[in-house]
Amino acid sequence: MSDTEQLKSEALGAIEGADSLDALEGLRVGYLGKQGSISALMKTLGQMSPEEKKVQGPLLNGLRNDVAEAIATRKAKLETAALNAQLASERMDMSLPGPETAKGSVHPVSQVMEELAEIFADMGFAVAEGPEIEDDWRNFTALNIPETHPARAMHDTFYFPDKDDSGRAMLLRTHTSPVQIRTMTSEEPPIRIIAPGRVYRSDSDATHTPMFHQIEGLVIDRDIHLGHLKWTLETFLRAFFERDDVVLRLRPSYFPFTEPSVEVDVGYSIEKGKRVIGGHGDDADGGWMEVLGSGMVNRRVIENCDLDPDVWQGFAFGTGVDRLAMLKYGMDDLRAFFDGDARWLGHYGFDAQDVPTLSAGVGARI
Amino acid sequence: MKFSLSWLKAHLESSATIDEVADCLNRIGLEVEGIENPAAALGDFRIAKVLSAEPHPQADKLQLLSIDPGDGKPLQVVCGAPNARAGMLGVFGPAGAVIPSNGMELKIAKIRGVESNGMMCSEAELEVGDDHDGIIELPDDAPVGEVYAGWAGLDDPVIDVAITPNRQDCMGVRGIARDLAAAGLGELKALEIPQIEAPEPCPVEIRTDDPEGCPAFYGRVISGVKNGASPAWMQARLKSAGQKPISALVDITNYVMLDHGRPSHAYDLAKLSGAVVARKAKDGEKVTALNEKEYALTSDMTVIADDKGVHDIAGIMGGIDSGCSQDTRDVLLEIAYFTPENIALTGQALALTSDARMRFERGVDPAFLDDAVQIITAYILEICGGKASDIMRAGAPPAAQRSVQYDPALCLSLGGIAVDQAKQWQILESLGFAVDGSWKVTVPTWRRDIDGPPDLVEEVVRMVGLDNIKSVALPRAEGVAKPTATPAQELERKLRRIAASRGLKEAVNWSFISEKEAAALGGGDWVLANPISEDMKAMRASILPGLLSAAQRNMDRGASSVRLFEIGRRYFKAKDGASDERLTLGLVLAGERSSRSWASGKAQKFDAFDAKAYVTTLLDAAGVDTERLMVMDGAGDHYHPGQSATLRLGPKNILAAFGLLHPATAKAFDLTGPIAAAEIYIDAIPPKKAPGFMRPAYSPPPLQAVTRDFAFVVPEALAASDLVAAVRGSDKTNIVAARVFDRFTGGSLPEGKVSLAIEVTLQPLDKSYTEQDLQTISEKVIASAAKLGAELRG
Repeated sequence: MSDTEQLKSEALGAIEGADSLDALEGLRVGYLGKQGSISALMKTLGQMSPEEKKVQGPLLNGLRNDVAEAIATRKAKLETAALNAQLASERMDMSLPGPETAKGSVHPVSQVMEELAEIFADMGFAVAEGPEIEDDWRNFTALNIPETHPARAMHDTFYFPDKDDSGRAMLLRTHTSPVQIRTMTSEEPPIRIIAPGRVYRSDSDATHTPMFHQIEGLVIDRDIHLGHLKWTLETFLRAFFERDDVVLRLRPSYFPFTEPSVEVDVGYSIEKGKRVIGGHGDDADGGWMEVLGSGMVNRRVIENCDLDPDVWQGFAFGTGVDRLAMLKYGMDDLRAFFDGDARWLGHYGFDAQDVPTLSAGVGARI
Repeated sequence: MKFSLSWLKAHLESSATIDEVADCLNRIGLEVEGIENPAAALGDFRIAKVLSAEPHPQADKLQLLSIDPGDGKPLQVVCGAPNARAGMLGVFGPAGAVIPSNGMELKIAKIRGVESNGMMCSEAELEVGDDHDGIIELPDDAPVGEVYAGWAGLDDPVIDVAITPNRQDCMGVRGIARDLAAAGLGELKALEIPQIEAPEPCPVEIRTDDPEGCPAFYGRVISGVKNGASPAWMQARLKSAGQKPISALVDITNYVMLDHGRPSHAYDLAKLSGAVVARKAKDGEKVTALNEKEYALTSDMTVIADDKGVHDIAGIMGGIDSGCSQDTRDVLLEIAYFTPENIALTGQALALTSDARMRFERGVDPAFLDDAVQIITAYILEICGGKASDIMRAGAPPAAQRSVQYDPALCLSLGGIAVDQAKQWQILESLGFAVDGSWKVTVPTWRRDIDGPPDLVEEVVRMVGLDNIKSVALPRAEGVAKPTATPAQELERKLRRIAASRGLKEAVNWSFISEKEAAALGGGDWVLANPISEDMKAMRASILPGLLSAAQRNMDRGASSVRLFEIGRRYFKAKDGASDERLTLGLVLAGERSSRSWASGKAQKFDAFDAKAYVTTLLDAAGVDTERLMVMDGAGDHYHPGQSATLRLGPKNILAAFGLLHPATAKAFDLTGPIAAAEIYIDAIPPKKAPGFMRPAYSPPPLQAVTRDFAFVVPEALAASDLVAAVRGSDKTNIVAARVFDRFTGGSLPEGKVSLAIEVTLQPLDKSYTEQDLQTISEKVIASAAKLGAELRG
C-alpha cells in the first residue's frame, strides 16, 4: 500500500468515525486546511518532475477529492441526525387546543329579511323604508282608519305625547303599512316594493312581544288583480320555504286599507312535533295556519296618496318576519329573539358567509 | 260572537252539520275561532230511575239508593242529596264517567262501608245549572237509560265566530244566517214582525235635544209587567253566547241584541221623573253605570237623562239607578240610533267597552227601529205580561238608502275571477242588495260597510269562493332581475356580515329602554305616553343600552366573554317635530378577550383598542380611508375620559366613538370589570363617490420596498397619530406607510416625555435608493417630526 493509499484509508476511517460536527471540522482542517496533511502533500506537486507529476497528480487530487466528499457526506449525515434530535426534543402534545377564535353570527331576523329581499328582488321589488316613529295620519287616517274606526282601537298603539308641526299625533307605527303611504306619495307608479322593519304593539305574552318585525308588500300598476296577489304570495312562499308543495287557502277578511281583503292560510303538516310548511292543510296530520293579511289596495288609500284610483290599482300584503323565521328555522319562543342570549344567538344565528343567493337557494341549510 | 247551532237554525232553514256550517263561515269571511259542544263532556251521564231509597246504616245524612240505569240491572248508589227518593227520575254517572265541574273520574268505591257504583248528579256538578243542593229531578216521562244531554237538548254545539269590524250586521245571529243563506247553505227564514195593538199614547215625554249624537229616539211604556226569570230556551241561547241570564227584562234586551245585532235599553219607569231626553252631557256631570263604576262625562258625550240627572251613557252603558229589577212594574223601552263616530269617541274617552258600544260604533241598521221595538215588546208582553203604550218617536234615523253604480266587469279586473252577470246579480240579491237593469245596486240598510264598487266585488268573490281565483304571474321585466338594494342597504348588509365574520354576535334589542337607562347615556327625545312598562318607555338615543343590558344578562348567566353587536336606529326629533332616525352600529365587548390558556397564560380583558380595531375594520369595509381619520376626544360621558375617542372625517363629522366604558355607566347596567364599546354612526359615513366596477390602475412596483426605523422623544400630550401623520406627510412620493411599533416612558426619559418608535416604509419607483436618497428622506422625516416637538433619539 502506497503512502497515499494509506493516508486515504486512514482519513476515510477517521471521517466515518467522527461523531460530531466539531470533530468533523477538526478533521477537515487536519486534512484539507491550509496546514492540513493533504494540503501539504498537494504542495509537493510543485517540486516534482513532470513525469512524477503525471503519476502523483491524479493520485493526490483523487485523494483530496475523496476526502472532501467523505467529509461532505459525513457532514450531511451528522446534520440530519442533529436536526432529527432537535425535532424529537421539540415534540409537543398536538391534542392541546389552538388559540380560540370568537365566532360571530347574524341574527335570524336580519337573515330572513335578506332572504326576503333576495326573493322579491327577483320579482322586481325594491326594499323601501320608513320611520318607526310615525304620525297618526300615515299610520291610520291615510290607510282609511279614521279616529273613530273600531280597527284603530284594535291596534294597541303606543303613543307619544308629542305632535308634529302639522299637529299630527306621533306614535310608534303599529304595522309597516305607513310605508305604503310614504312610497305612494313620493314615487310615481308603477310601484313594486317590500318594506321590512320593526313595528310595535302594546301587547306582551307568550306569543307576542311589544316590538316585532313585519314585512309589507305593495304593487301599484294598471290591471293588477287578486290573481296577481295570489301568484305573488304563492311564488314568494314557495321560494322562501324552498318547497313546491306550498298550498295557500284564501279567506275573505277585513282590513280598512284593502278592498277586497284576503287572509291567507298556508297548509302545514306535523313532523317531529313541529309544524312544517307544505302540503294541503286538509290532509291527515295537516292544518292551516294564518300567515298573511292582504288585499287589493282600497281606492280611498290610493286617493289619499293623490293618485287616480281609476288608473292605478294594486295589492298589498303584510306578514311577520319573526314568525316566518320561526316557521322556517324552528325556533319556538319569540321572546328569545330579543333577549341577546349569546348561546341562543350562537345556536339560531347564521354564519356571516350564509349570504342568501338565488343560485344556492336563499335558505341557509345546516 | 258565540251562538248555538240550534239558534242559528232558528233563522236558517238548513240541514247542514256543524262542520259544514263552520267550513262555510270560514269560506265567506266569518272566521270560526272555535266550536264547543257542551254535551261532549256529558256522554256518559244517563237518565236513571230511583227504585228505592233506604237510610245509610253508618251515616245519618246519606241514603242507599237502588237505581235502574236503564238496562234493568239495579245498582246500589250512595247519595247525600236530601231530595233523593224512591220513584224519582234523575241523572246517573256510572263508574268511569268524569264529573265536568271538578274533573274527577267516578269509581266503584265504599262510602262509609257501603259500596257505591256511581253517582246521582246535581246541575252544578254537570255544569248545566247552578243548583247544587239536590240532585237533578226529571219529569216522569223522561226516557230511562237515554243519554241525558241528548234528551235535554244540550247536544247543541256552540260556534265562536270572529266578526271583523266592518260587519256589524253579523253581530247578530240573523245576520250570520243571512250570509250563510247567500252562500247556499240554506234558506233564510222569513222574519215575522209582531203587530201590537197599543192605542194608548206613551205616558212619558221622549225627546232628543242632541240630533247630532242621537238623531232618533223611539220609546214606549209597558206597564204592569212581572220581571221574573226568562224562559229556559232564552236562557239556553244566552248561555251559549256566554251571557249570564239575569232577569226577563234584561235578558230580553240582551237576547234581541244578540239575535238581531240591535241594542236597546229598558228603564224602570218608577225611577224616572219627567221627560226622558237624549242630550249632550254637561262637563263634569257624573253617572254610575251598570258596572258600578262612576264616570265623569264631558259635553261632547251624548246621554239619556230625565229631570233629575243622567240615566244612560248613550249607546254604551245604562245607569245603575234606573235599571230594571225584580220589583219593576212599568218599563220604558228605549230604541235609539246613535251616531257611530260619537259612540266611538265617547267609548275611547271613557275607556269603556260594552256589547252595545261595539254595535253602535260600527253602525246599527238605521231602518230597524220600529221592528226592533215591536219584537222586544212582544217578548215582554209574552214573558212578563203587561200592557204596551203606543210608540213615541223623537227625531228620525239617517236616511238608510244608498246605492252604488257597479260594473260587473270589475269582478274580473279587480277580483281576478270571471263570474257571469246573472250569478253576480243573484249573489247580490241574496245578500239583500237590489240591482236594477243598469247595475245601479241599492245597498241594504244593514250594510253600512258597503262604500263602493270594490265592496261589491268582495261580496261576489267571497260567495263564489276565493279559492277559485287562479294565480296570474306578475309581468316580469326582460332578462336577469335588476339589482334593487340602495347603497345604504348594501352598506348595512356588508357591515353586518363583516361584524359577524369578526366574531361579533348580532343581537336585536328593544328600541325602548327605561328612562333611567336613557339618562345614563344622554337621555332621549321621545318618551312614550302609554308604555307597557317603565322598562320600555324612552326611545333610545344611543345604541348601547340594549347591548349593555344583554351583556349583563349574559354575564349573569356565567358567560366569561361577550361580544355583541346590533345594527339599529337611534331616535331623535327633527326640527319639524317628525322623527329623525339614524342607523347605528353598536358593539359591546365584555369580559375576556382571551381566556386563560396553556399557551398564553392568564386571561386578557378587553381594552379600548379592541373596540378601536373593530371600528377601523368596519369603517374600512365601509370604504372609509381610516388612516385619514382624525382621532379626537368627545366620545361622550359614558366612556372612560382617558380611554375613549371619536374618529372624525374632518373636525365636525363624527363617524364613530369607541373606548372603555366609564365605570359609572357600567355600574348603571350592573356590569363589572372593563367593558369596551363602540358606536359607528352609519348615517354619517359619506357615500362612495361615483361607484363603479373599474378599480384604479395598479401594478405592483418592481423594486422592493425598504423600511427605516425612527425613534422620537416627544411630549406626552402629543398624539401618536399626529406624529405618524407628520412623518407620512414629510415625503409623499417615497413614504407609503408609517406605523408606531414601540412606545415607552420612564427609564432614561425625562418626566413628561415619551418615546415613540416608527417604522417607515419607502417604496422606490424607477431605481433603487442610494445612500444619499435615504439620507435626504430621513432628514425630511426628522424635520417634519421636529415641528411637533419630536426629537430623534441618539
